[in-house]
Amino acid sequence: MTELLKVRDLRTNFYTYRGVVKALNGVDLTIDTEEFFGLAGETGCGKSVTALSIMRLIEEPGKIEGGKIIFNGRDLLKLSEDEMRRIRGKEISMIFQEPKTALNPVFKVNFQIAEAISEAYNLKTKEAVKKVEGVLKDVEMADPSKVAEQYPHELSGGMAQRVLIGMTLSAKPKLLIADEPTSSLDVSIQAQIMKLMNDLVKKLKISVLLITHDLGLIAENCNRVAIMYAGNVVECGDVRTIFKKPAHPYTIGLLAALDMSKERGNLLTIEGIVPDLVNPPPGCRFHPRCPSVMKICSVEKPRTLEISSGHSVACFLYDNGRRLDDG
Amino acid sequence: MVGISDLRSNFKRWKMEHKSQIEDLQYSLHLWRRSPLSIVGSILVLSIIITAIFVPYIAPYDPIEQDIKKRLGPPSWDHPFGMDNLGRDILSRVIYGTRVTLMIALIVTAIGGSIGTLLGVVAGFLGGRVDEVLMRITDMFLAFPRLILALAFAAALGPSLNNMMIAIAIVDWPIYARLARGQALSIKREDYIEAARGIGASKWRIMFLHILPVCSSPIIVQLTLHMGTVILTAAALGFIGLGAQPPTPEWGVMVSDGRPYIMNQWWVSTFPGLAIMIAVLGFNLLGDGIRDILDPKLRR
Repeated sequence: MTELLKVRDLRTNFYTYRGVVKALNGVDLTIDTEEFFGLAGETGCGKSVTALSIMRLIEEPGKIEGGKIIFNGRDLLKLSEDEMRRIRGKEISMIFQEPKTALNPVFKVNFQIAEAISEAYNLKTKEAVKKVEGVLKDVEMADPSKVAEQYPHELSGGMAQRVLIGMTLSAKPKLLIADEPTSSLDVSIQAQIMKLMNDLVKKLKISVLLITHDLGLIAENCNRVAIMYAGNVVECGDVRTIFKKPAHPYTIGLLAALDMSKERGNLLTIEGIVPDLVNPPPGCRFHPRCPSVMKICSVEKPRTLEISSGHSVACFLYDNGRRLDDG
Repeated sequence: MVGISDLRSNFKRWKMEHKSQIEDLQYSLHLWRRSPLSIVGSILVLSIIITAIFVPYIAPYDPIEQDIKKRLGPPSWDHPFGMDNLGRDILSRVIYGTRVTLMIALIVTAIGGSIGTLLGVVAGFLGGRVDEVLMRITDMFLAFPRLILALAFAAALGPSLNNMMIAIAIVDWPIYARLARGQALSIKREDYIEAARGIGASKWRIMFLHILPVCSSPIIVQLTLHMGTVILTAAALGFIGLGAQPPTPEWGVMVSDGRPYIMNQWWVSTFPGLAIMIAVLGFNLLGDGIRDILDPKLRR
């Protein structure tokens, strides 16, 4: 296992009429080769912005303000737009939440897949068309030759997502970013799509960054997981460790809200609401909702510390040096 | 040997495979049939096109052949539309005029439409300074009355049929540029454009391969709707002598030729004028019809 993607102190802001939305407040992530990595968090915590920042697809009024995104030894933030374009699709690919809107409505499926293939291998579109059926077979499409001749509106959500997966993986990228790939699909199709992704990832030996708010999906599929809160990665580690022994108060709350084993009664929730990122709370952004809040939490941003091998947390509870000062 | 039954089964399979397209076409046909005005428009435009194609077979006389003895002769069985001031058969000239008019309409919309669409898509997609500059240029063009501006360009370029077409195209493109820009602006926010960027498609590829085809349908409607105006502008320029030059049988020029005789020999100006009216009406009705048929709100 070697490092494939290393994100350090990534900061992305959106300049809106209300003020500057500090969507990413120094995100740290490390994804190894052939790893199924989960990124979880509530809506609006910056998961998708992280993905788009890695792809450098942040659009006006957004801007990546700082940090490093080291991919395969190269800092993506230092590449020219043209060099970045050659990375997109060929080395890092992305699939989106709404598969049906991610296909151009005026083109047939075979043309769209062929376009992706021709971009990746520098083929003529005509030659690439010949490979389309193979791609559709790879994604276990029931009737590849028929689907190839169809338009996106004739496909179901699950089929469209298969087409998209086929499209993105046909170029054999090293990293696949899947932004909520199954949240618009119903549960049985969800399972099929996740199984397909798992199979293909193993076959092609690529890494996946799975972005979702569905912790169950992460528990089933991922090796490692990072939990995001309001633009920060608050905890990161092995899936088993995180689910068994969550360390950050936010993760603990999140898992408690999920826990079905407790006797029925009041659903556990995390008190308070997600902070407004135009005026985020100072210090640790979680402190207004944190059950174990300390004085220092509202003053300083906690460091990310490794509390056991491969398990890191950004919380003063585990920062012994700091904790003593708090007294 | 290919039997009839083979052909029939092949046809059946083709029908199955293209079921959705066929149904779509049937639905368009159904909408078309329900709007009498677009039927009238289609018939008018179709007859103009057919006339233009078969001009030499339909026209009874040579359009520039002069028969001075019959100068300004009234409509008769031999010459249903009468004769003009140089003794030319007006019916033949009107028929030949369809070809000239149709050519003007097609060439002008092709030039203006393509320039406008390309610049509009570029402006809308790239945004920023490119957009600002291009749109201010269109503002400049749109600030002038179009006919006056076309007149000025035609006069500056020198009166000829080609220069007149260029002049009209120059004043026409900003309309399409505006439209294409608006379309590009909304389409560029769609997920599939982001997905295309995600697989590494270049800006130009996205602009011309993904955005252009999606925004083509309102532009096509605008083009057909606008053909009537183009014909009218061309006729107007011809009328004041800045367009087609004699002896080209152009309707505007013909109306102008009949001007001195309008009180006593009404037919010289009237028939070409009617031809202009029918052509403009046909294109406008057809344009409206196409707009209704392609309107996504009216469709399923």
